[in-house]
Amino acid sequence: MLSRTANDLYWMSRHTERAENTARMLDVTYRMSLLPYRVMEPGEKWAEPWALPLIISGLATSYYQRYSELSPENVLRFMVLDASNPNSIYASLQLARENARAQRGAITIEMWETLNQTWLEMRGKQFADITARGVSEFFDWVKDRSHLFRGVTFGTMIRDEGYSYIRLGTFLERADNTARILDAKYHTLLPSVDDVGGAVDYYQWSALLRSVSAFSSYRKIYRDVITPLRVAELLILRDDVPRSLHHCMNAIYEILQGLCEEHQLEPERLAGEIHAQLHYGKTERIFKVGLHEYLMAFLASSGALDVEINKHFLVPTYA
Amino acid sequence: MTANPKLFFDEMRGLTGEVLPHYKPFVDWVEKLPAEYLVQKRQEADVLFQRVGITFAVYGEDAGTERLIPFDIVPRIIPAADWRQLERGLAQRVRALNLFLRDIYNEQGILKDGIIPARKVLENAQYRSVMQGLRVPGDTYAHIAGVDVVRAGAGEFYVLEDNLRVPSGVSYMLENRKMMMRLFPEVFGRNEVAPIDHYPDLLLDTLRQVAPAGVSDPVVALLTPGSYNSAYFEHTFLAQQMGIELVEGQDLIVRDETVYMRTTRGPKRVDVIYRRVDDDFLDPQVFRPDSLLGVPGLFSAYRAGRVTLANAIGTGVADDKSMYPHVPEMIQYYLGEKPILNNVPTWQLRKKEDLTYVVERLHELVVKEVHGSGGYGMLVGPASTMAQRAEFRERIVANPEKYIAQPTLALSTCPTYVESGVAPRHVDLRPFVLSGKEVRMVPGGLTRVALKEGSLVVNSSQGGGTKDTWVLER
Repeated sequence: MLSRTANDLYWMSRHTERAENTARMLDVTYRMSLLPYRVMEPGEKWAEPWALPLIISGLATSYYQRYSELSPENVLRFMVLDASNPNSIYASLQLARENARAQRGAITIEMWETLNQTWLEMRGKQFADITARGVSEFFDWVKDRSHLFRGVTFGTMIRDEGYSYIRLGTFLERADNTARILDAKYHTLLPSVDDVGGAVDYYQWSALLRSVSAFSSYRKIYRDVITPLRVAELLILRDDVPRSLHHCMNAIYEILQGLCEEHQLEPERLAGEIHAQLHYGKTERIFKVGLHEYLMAFLASSGALDVEINKHFLVPTYA
Repeated sequence: MTANPKLFFDEMRGLTGEVLPHYKPFVDWVEKLPAEYLVQKRQEADVLFQRVGITFAVYGEDAGTERLIPFDIVPRIIPAADWRQLERGLAQRVRALNLFLRDIYNEQGILKDGIIPARKVLENAQYRSVMQGLRVPGDTYAHIAGVDVVRAGAGEFYVLEDNLRVPSGVSYMLENRKMMMRLFPEVFGRNEVAPIDHYPDLLLDTLRQVAPAGVSDPVVALLTPGSYNSAYFEHTFLAQQMGIELVEGQDLIVRDETVYMRTTRGPKRVDVIYRRVDDDFLDPQVFRPDSLLGVPGLFSAYRAGRVTLANAIGTGVADDKSMYPHVPEMIQYYLGEKPILNNVPTWQLRKKEDLTYVVERLHELVVKEVHGSGGYGMLVGPASTMAQRAEFRERIVANPEKYIAQPTLALSTCPTYVESGVAPRHVDLRPFVLSGKEVRMVPGGLTRVALKEGSLVVNSSQGGGTKDTWVLER
């Protein structure tokens, strides 16, 4: 397969997944903002719930270049509709569609029609359309379109190399997002040990679980109160939770084993190393290191993996 | 449905106004339909085309602007006997054009024999001296030709243009058929319409036939200028239909006079390139040095016979408007045959007497730029204003060799769905002729229609639309 094709397919699914994750993140923010919350240091803007999506995506600086006030409406405009913010839902869906357009020959007609239709609908939306019936309806639409795209891909695409790159993009983006969302919640919103176990704490953790569609999984698995330790275990170490780091790395490692074939290439080795840490990891050890430190280390190594994948497959440097 | 029987030959009603036999089953079917049905089908077609994303980019507007080419739901129907004649004529013409290209890039017999002035060929901007003496597989230069044909007078076929460089439009031909079958499956049961959807197979087979000698299982790739090219949809469409890679210049590298693509598993050799990039942009080392679309070293691999380009470099000299008047002579010279299809009488304004004749009659003639295409830079006399004619006259007199003129043909019309209902609109036809070891084509072509009343310009960039074209099996 052409490297450029692989690269476009990889980014097509990353952008789609990113749009979905941004919607999830904004949705949980919206829900949290309806709850009472503690401000870590009063007066610091970044500690408010609406700062959360900016922090998670690392976009606080570029936000404040455009807006002086932190307000729900501004954050929504910036994260949903702002074409100049490359991580906005608008831009993500546009980029996914551009990648697909460039590779129409490598994907099925149904996949293209899905992304094209999503983009055409997104392009026609105004801010008023998004808030008209509550933002959650819009976020559900974004999630639905992403689910649909994944389903169409699963149901129509030949299991070739291109399919592997599409899945690789999905899982890398998803792992990245789960790590960020977990970190932001743990460190930004709940500094005080006294709050642990309180009502606010409960609602925040359950909102977070809902944002990654893991609330009922939690119930099913633990049948007990929500604790940070278990949430971390669920979203980091459990391999049966589809948005957990372990589940994502399972998929990534397996895909890379296939792509590297019998050659011993760095992407496979690095993925194996990250995977092993999750596979043999223990929650107690994670908290001993510190959840934040652990997640930062994970993000660093998944970033390094992305670099290796680029070097070996997507943007090869030979000749 | 009204036709204009006095002036134009109508595809449905000829010159008399009576529905012709080959349109009968279709008309019978349409007349039984409730009026809203067609309105609804028309809207459905718009939605489907938008969703499928069959669009073209328009030059001169914002980069990346995409538009739909209007699709008309009334098919253009061609009787079997008419097509047989057209097919023979097209094959004859393309055969002669390929022989002409082989000749002028090698022995130059037609020039030595004084049939065509040597200067006219060798000083032509489209003549590529780098091709002199370079042999190409099977001596085929124009593997894909899109010949523009019109009907005029009492329905005789005339060739307007031989497009031998990178003709486009075939994807619309195929998509229009698909759309008609999706919208009106029932109508195909009543008409024996010759299938066309094997075009990509024929094209791939043609490309494989012209692989460099000694390559048994050739790798074929389609070279596109990229996603902002106006025909990008077609490039992806054809690559997908043929199951070949769609490459851009940046995806190819040349090493040891061999072309490779950059793949996820290292370099892979490419044997045949169906290129949709103009000559000038193919290789910055040989042609335009500022081209970013091409592949440095591509020409060296081509010259070494390690890769086939389809179409070959330098085919533009044969489809140039200044060469057009000579095609009947080429047919006579190379094949010893009489041309089956008519050429439109053409005045060459570099000739003094032609120029004098033409400037006097701008109001009744069509004037075209020799190197123009896409309907840009032309004057349709009867439809022009005095000011436009005055402006054109100045341009012509300043550079007469840049222009040719032709009589305004009474182009045939075809019933077309427009704002006011169904009305006759002028049409042309672009069949796609494939030349490998033999000359082949699928029955039909792309019918373009000028949607504006009275307009003779069918180009999509100038407000033209398209129709499905049915060649009947008998």
